[in-house]
Amino acid sequence: MTTLSLMATRTWSRLPRRHVPVLATLLLLLVLYGVGVSQYRAFSNIQVIFNVFIDNGFLLVVAVGMTFVILTGGIDLSVGSVVAMTAMVSAFLLREGLPAALVLVIALLIGPTLGFLMGCVIHFFDIQPFIVTLAGMFFARGMCTFISGSSIPISDGFWTRMSQQRIGNPSGNFVSISVIIAFAVVAVAAYTLAYTRLGRNVYAIGGNPQSGLLMGLPVGRTRIAVYTISGLCAAIGGILLSFYTLSGAPLIAVGMELDVIAAVVIGGTVLTGGSGYVFGTVLGVLVLGVIQTLITFDGSLNSWWTKIVIGGLLFAFILLQRLIGIRYK
Amino acid sequence: MTGSHPVLTMTGISKSFPGVRALDNVDFRLFPGEVHALMGENGAGKSTLIKVLTGVYGTDRGIVTLDGEQVSFAGPMQATAAGVSTVYQEVNLCTNLSVAENIFIGREPRRLGAVRWGEMRRRARALLARLDLDIDVNAQLGSYSLAVQQMVAIARAIDIQARVLVLDEPTSSLDAGEVAQLFRVMRQLRDDGIAILFVTHFLDQVYGIADRITVLRNGQLVGEYATSELPQLSLVEKMIGKELRVLERLDEQPRRDPADGAAGTPLLDVRELGRRSAVAPFSLTIHEGEVVGLAGLLGSGRTEVARLLFGADRADHGSVRVNGSPTSLRTPVAAIGHGIGFCSENRRAEGIVTELSVRENIILALQAARGWLRPLPRRRQDELVERYVRALSIRPADPEIPVGNLSGGNQQKVLLARWLITEPRLLILDEPTRGIDIGAKTEIQRLVAELSDGGMAVLFVSAELEEVLRLSHKIAVMRDREMVAQLTNDQDVDADRIMQSIAAGAGHEGVPS
Repeated sequence: MTTLSLMATRTWSRLPRRHVPVLATLLLLLVLYGVGVSQYRAFSNIQVIFNVFIDNGFLLVVAVGMTFVILTGGIDLSVGSVVAMTAMVSAFLLREGLPAALVLVIALLIGPTLGFLMGCVIHFFDIQPFIVTLAGMFFARGMCTFISGSSIPISDGFWTRMSQQRIGNPSGNFVSISVIIAFAVVAVAAYTLAYTRLGRNVYAIGGNPQSGLLMGLPVGRTRIAVYTISGLCAAIGGILLSFYTLSGAPLIAVGMELDVIAAVVIGGTVLTGGSGYVFGTVLGVLVLGVIQTLITFDGSLNSWWTKIVIGGLLFAFILLQRLIGIRYK
Repeated sequence: MTGSHPVLTMTGISKSFPGVRALDNVDFRLFPGEVHALMGENGAGKSTLIKVLTGVYGTDRGIVTLDGEQVSFAGPMQATAAGVSTVYQEVNLCTNLSVAENIFIGREPRRLGAVRWGEMRRRARALLARLDLDIDVNAQLGSYSLAVQQMVAIARAIDIQARVLVLDEPTSSLDAGEVAQLFRVMRQLRDDGIAILFVTHFLDQVYGIADRITVLRNGQLVGEYATSELPQLSLVEKMIGKELRVLERLDEQPRRDPADGAAGTPLLDVRELGRRSAVAPFSLTIHEGEVVGLAGLLGSGRTEVARLLFGADRADHGSVRVNGSPTSLRTPVAAIGHGIGFCSENRRAEGIVTELSVRENIILALQAARGWLRPLPRRRQDELVERYVRALSIRPADPEIPVGNLSGGNQQKVLLARWLITEPRLLILDEPTRGIDIGAKTEIQRLVAELSDGGMAVLFVSAELEEVLRLSHKIAVMRDREMVAQLTNDQDVDADRIMQSIAAGAGHEGVPS
């Protein structure tokens, strides 16, 4: 009897509302793709989708890291600058004649180190992530220009191989190595979030950090970990970008952090934390990429239309999150 | 009791905070297989004792033993690991995670570092079955009521092989049926040999479940008693340390006869006021000097009615007359303009600004009514504040300390004072006595009676029927977000009658046409 009445007090429907944003994104993606296919004959070629991944592989990797941060309810504004700094350091060290393997290791260490430091500041001094990572953003961007005021080309053999290597099928469709790496990162991240304590703690802390503390979860360690992970992803993204452009440029990826945040939010991760999936982030990046492609296909539209559409979408998705009541705080 | 050795003893515990002696040489013991109630007024030292036990605070003096071995926990985590688990008044879980995960997070079953979801769900189901709770372990915790969340918190606590379970006011937000279920769980755990330390403000609950009672007063031990040997009245006397003349006077009779009867133009006259998916349309009149009680179970729509009348939520249906002239209460500012005050149920989240001082909290509403361009002169502030601090006996009587340092009952009084200095014509009190001790409760009840004698109309929302019966001239009963009855509080009306209304939803009487 009492059990029954308690059952009746469930206020939400059984349909898991946390899945709604991801499903909405999937639907949006299908609609966009449908529009493309119906308007442009060449759009139906699978290579179009592959190209979206090739062009946005680095963005995807960075967005995966951002997903961890946003799931805890934080934000990381430094990623765009870290991407640029990583590419810049790689290009610089390669020009100085260091072996590619060593350059890779050094470049991949810088991002997570900066992320770790920012995480420590955020946790131990209890400072807003926004402002700490803003400082990190300026620092990393400054370092880029400190290394060189102008673009440094990369001619290293390993880099050019990674840039030009095509992995494809006999019918001529292909992806770059970057895409494979990006998907590996996605897979590892999805596994981490779903099946490890660290991942589950990320969700718990995003849901309610106070409760997390009282339940004995390592809140501080987890928070520092997500900024470190975000830094690592930004570093990998930076390497992928340098594969893509075969150079390091001080002013590349300016404002990229905002694209990344947009992709994560459109992918259904709630900005206040606690709800979202890496899979959603993949969809979010795809949505951005497909919009870009559509505008490119059209040819007559200014590329700034991409920004306008993304702005509108972002707005719509935040409203959607609000309307379905995903507010855990 | 069980005749065995106590699983937990606390001997000669003393703890001071700057300016306050929170605990003074307190002894406490807990046997396996008993429910032991820790009683005392707010500020008596219950919370401090629990925090000392669970390692949140260190002690100045005294010894804690668990199973005969001296222990000193560095924090709640260590205490939990040693078998002393605590479930707090506020549910400290993550509503965005599943039920199973909330039980196991931090110690999930794993293989090679990977969480074994199937195993976790299976164990969660088994654990909840032990508590006789049939819920979907995959569902998000936030989709269940607070009561269920509380049970899940208990499930989490007992899974850590708890031998001592501390329940710190777990019932303050539960309704009667949910409390009954919680008690069943507690009895089951007790029979399994777990020692339960139970803190509550509800005397009936203590007599419903506790085997023994320890009473604290002003940080000192008053005594330890078997529940069966301590009549309820003596318990209250021991808690407040004085005779109960005040209480008895209030208990004499249900109050009748509003100051000038139900005649004349009502102060507030609402017709068919309602808000979709919040509360069904209802009609209600409140006269000057009348106390209208609003009874009903938790979640029956009581608070929603109060919020509509204050303009905190906007009605989408019905009409409102104040003193006979039609108006609308679309915003709190409009309501305040009509002389309506509202003490929120949720004093921490919606009422009290803990960082501000007692004085600043008290003048907040009056200042808002004057507009920020006309600041209230400091001398006038001090006068007003001093008068109400004295009138409501707010303790400590220092208007400059932050409200966050006051006990719950005194915070409630500060909130009351805030509205009283605006001299409202209608004061809406939403659960003004919830979670505060019996002494403060009595004072607030007396105050409500005095205010209505002075001509103020009061809408008194409370889950405690006795309180509603004692104070109200008229009682409106809520059920399932609908006002199902309005009863004039005369000899025929008693708690049973209201319970019947709540249960049956029938009996529309005295509903003004």
